[in-house]
Amino acid sequence: MVTKISPARDYLLFGVFAIAVLTMPVWLAPIGAGYPDLLQKFAIFGLFATGFNLLFGLTGYLSFGHAAFLGVGSYTAVWSFKLLGMNPIPAAILAVVTSGVFALAIGYVSLRRSGIYFSILTLAFAQMSYNLAYSVLTPITNGETGLRVLESDPRLFDSSANADGPLISNLFGIEMTGYAGFYFCAVVLLIGFFIAQRIFRSPFGIMLRAVKTNQNRMNYTGLNPRPYTLAAFVISGMYAGLAGALMCITDPLAGAERMQWTASGEVVLMTILGGAGTLLGPILGAALIKYFENIFSAFNEQTLHEAFSFLPDFLEYPVVSVAGLFVGEGWHLTLGVLFMLIVIFLPGGIMEGVSRIGRLFRRSSSKVEPSGATAPAE
Amino acid sequence: MDILRVEGVNKSFGGLRALNNVNFSVEEGTVQAIIGPNGAGKSTFLNCMIGRLAPDTGTVMFGDISLTGMKPYEINQVGVSRVFQTPEIFSELSLMENIMIPAMAKRDGSFALHAFKRLDQDAEVRDKALHMLEDVGLVEKRDEIAGSLSRGDKRRLELAMCLSQDPKLLLLDEPTAGMSRADTNNTIDLLKRIGDRGITKVVIEHDMHVVFSLAEKVTVLAQGAIIAEGKPEEIKGDPRVQEAYLGGAHL
Repeated sequence: MVTKISPARDYLLFGVFAIAVLTMPVWLAPIGAGYPDLLQKFAIFGLFATGFNLLFGLTGYLSFGHAAFLGVGSYTAVWSFKLLGMNPIPAAILAVVTSGVFALAIGYVSLRRSGIYFSILTLAFAQMSYNLAYSVLTPITNGETGLRVLESDPRLFDSSANADGPLISNLFGIEMTGYAGFYFCAVVLLIGFFIAQRIFRSPFGIMLRAVKTNQNRMNYTGLNPRPYTLAAFVISGMYAGLAGALMCITDPLAGAERMQWTASGEVVLMTILGGAGTLLGPILGAALIKYFENIFSAFNEQTLHEAFSFLPDFLEYPVVSVAGLFVGEGWHLTLGVLFMLIVIFLPGGIMEGVSRIGRLFRRSSSKVEPSGATAPAE
Repeated sequence: MDILRVEGVNKSFGGLRALNNVNFSVEEGTVQAIIGPNGAGKSTFLNCMIGRLAPDTGTVMFGDISLTGMKPYEINQVGVSRVFQTPEIFSELSLMENIMIPAMAKRDGSFALHAFKRLDQDAEVRDKALHMLEDVGLVEKRDEIAGSLSRGDKRRLELAMCLSQDPKLLLLDEPTAGMSRADTNNTIDLLKRIGDRGITKVVIEHDMHVVFSLAEKVTVLAQGAIIAEGKPEEIKGDPRVQEAYLGGAHL
């Protein structure tokens, strides 16, 4: 119940979240995730999923084509680098604007339908964008090679800064690689999270929930659901565009494969895994999937043998060969199993698990109090 | 003065003539009932008034405004609210939120992008919602999820949602359908109480007990046409009404 969460609690949540994000390099190091490349991915995909959740979590409209906006954001960012210079700020702003315009066009058409038809329409648009990027739009997207920044590009505002090495995005002299790149992404994620939090608690947010619950009642209550869903679609498209821009800010290269339907599906998985309709869930889901992708896919038989070396030989080999299916190339299998378990046992995602545990603790610590005062964790 | 005037409305579904040249008017501040046997066209008639169906011919005038061709949310914005046969509520939201939404719709119009205000700091809307919940006796349950309410409570919630918009005209589609006798009487009391606010009401009803304890004027529909109209006592004794309701018995 949105109306029951006080502003003070919201600021506390934001504060704790901000500290957790900014100290990720420290507390994620022990589990092998404390390196900038992966941390950047956490922040970028967290932002992507947060935006997706504003549409799917609140209105219930399942878009299967959000990767298109990711791609549009990426191409815009690289073009901004090429034409305006390597500063990430104009790149990010332009990416948000173009993906917003793009989302407005796609949303205007797709939102004429709801349910499965809406999903199919968005999927069709995304696949269309993907194929166009490979074929007709090659002058803009550079086709299969992918769009890169070249030494010969005009870069109007920083052509004086002639770098010798590869061109890297820089924020007034700070190069956006490594930890600097991560902190830039982290700050953008925090801004995105803050805006999402405000939307969740706002009258606009409650209208989006109303869309999900009962559009018929909304209509007979004097509310037009269309502009609400369209606004949500555009906002979440902008988040995706911004995430796409961040990908290019940390690595100035844009390719069409970013728009493929698998990428659209991935953000759906992240959101459902973490908990659609919750604030933190999608970010947790994104981090979990990216962690699995990077850590489990890096495991090989050698590491498994080391891990299970305490077992006697006749056990070690079968165990390693079974476990081997779930790591390396087979990390998708782990992800699939995990996803199934969560959807079956925790339909509300990880956040439902968290709030269940929270309730358990609250009940055991204060048995005298009536159990009616349980607010869902967000 | 008539608040609602329906003139010459026809509606066909394929070969079936659901409404046949219906003329109907409601005087401001009164409670009018529409009764009729199953399939008489009561719901079609209501749907034509509220914009869910477009009549084939004829006009629906609300004061000086023609409702024909208007979208449901536009019709609501000019002051017409509707209670459905099966309660239409926001079942995943709390009772408070259920009432705050229509209250905001009334104040801010059919679309408002208030993405940065906090809903819980909107004192005007919150007070209104609390007041309405108190009125229908649901204030204790204000933080519960609406979907968990009993059918009677859902109905009362829906009524409170409509009333929070201070409508000029309230259309009720079988407000006591599927209710126990006690719940029905509670609803009648509630409807009588809100009658004091001067809201004009049109009630579609099956239950004669409800009709005769609420309505000041009764319109009888049968086979898509109005066959009788008048005070409840007159209608009770009208042979044509007996015929329409009990016609099957003579066969």
